[in-house]
Amino acid sequence: MNNSCCSNDMNMSQEALLKEIMAFNFAINDLVLYLDTHPCDACAIKMHSEYSQKVQNLIEEYQRLYGPLTVNFTSTGNTWQWSKEPWPWERGAY
Amino acid sequence: MYYYVKSLQYPINIKHRNPNLAKVIISQYGGPDGELAASLRYLSQRFGMPDKNSKAVLNDIGTEELAHLEMVGTLVHQLTDGASIEELEKAGLGPYYTDHGVGVYPQAAAGYPFNANCLAVKGDPVADLTEDMAAEQKARATYEKLIDLCRDDPEVVDVLRYLREREVVHFQRFGEALNGVQEKLYQRNVYLTQNGMNQGCGCQNNN
Repeated sequence: MNNSCCSNDMNMSQEALLKEIMAFNFAINDLVLYLDTHPCDACAIKMHSEYSQKVQNLIEEYQRLYGPLTVNFTSTGNTWQWSKEPWPWERGAY
Repeated sequence: MYYYVKSLQYPINIKHRNPNLAKVIISQYGGPDGELAASLRYLSQRFGMPDKNSKAVLNDIGTEELAHLEMVGTLVHQLTDGASIEELEKAGLGPYYTDHGVGVYPQAAAGYPFNANCLAVKGDPVADLTEDMAAEQKARATYEKLIDLCRDDPEVVDVLRYLREREVVHFQRFGEALNGVQEKLYQRNVYLTQNGMNQGCGCQNNN
């Protein structure tokens, strides 16, 4: 097997969009943990809502252009896309 | 219930295969202070938590640990994927190869398989949350040892540094959850029951 990056490599814009989604998801996760112990912090609550809205839009855009990130997606055509796209543990896939 | 999201929590794309590093990193997959132990510990302890904050913290950190388990498994996979028999033997992975090939098996670096003896569920919020704080420090210390051992591969170190940082954040959150539980236990309440601890949002002015 080839040890360098290979067929799983995403194109630049796909990778950039996925990394933006991952960054938002990370920020949301960290805010969730913070809010679990600071449930009355209005500023953090506002930030959590804004990020959640933004990432939802980005996920929809990603799924429309590149394929599913979650099992809630609408198929285009007769090919099962969920198992067709590479998995995150594969090199070049994230 | 759980949904799968088809991405890692933090990007991993290791370009240089290195079974020597996989051999030690696997401890954070199935070793005593690894991510499998962490996720099982927190997701099991959450059922016995008395107040809103501690239930949420255990649920959400336990869930994040599952994402870390996937990341550590990804590191082990990418560091061994495509390795020749000679490379595996040279890394001391001959015995591992015998039982697991280049699959990712939950075991400690020293070779013994995952065992739930490395975690506790005491059914006592102070005992459990105190254990969780210690567990985060042990995981933080393990990642630091792994960073020492992986010092020649900056791509691997980058991921290990990220995982180490999360242990620090989790320690902080568990400490806050423990403070909340203890504050409520010290309140003047002769009927100190679990129901009594379920009230309030956790803020000082709203107990």
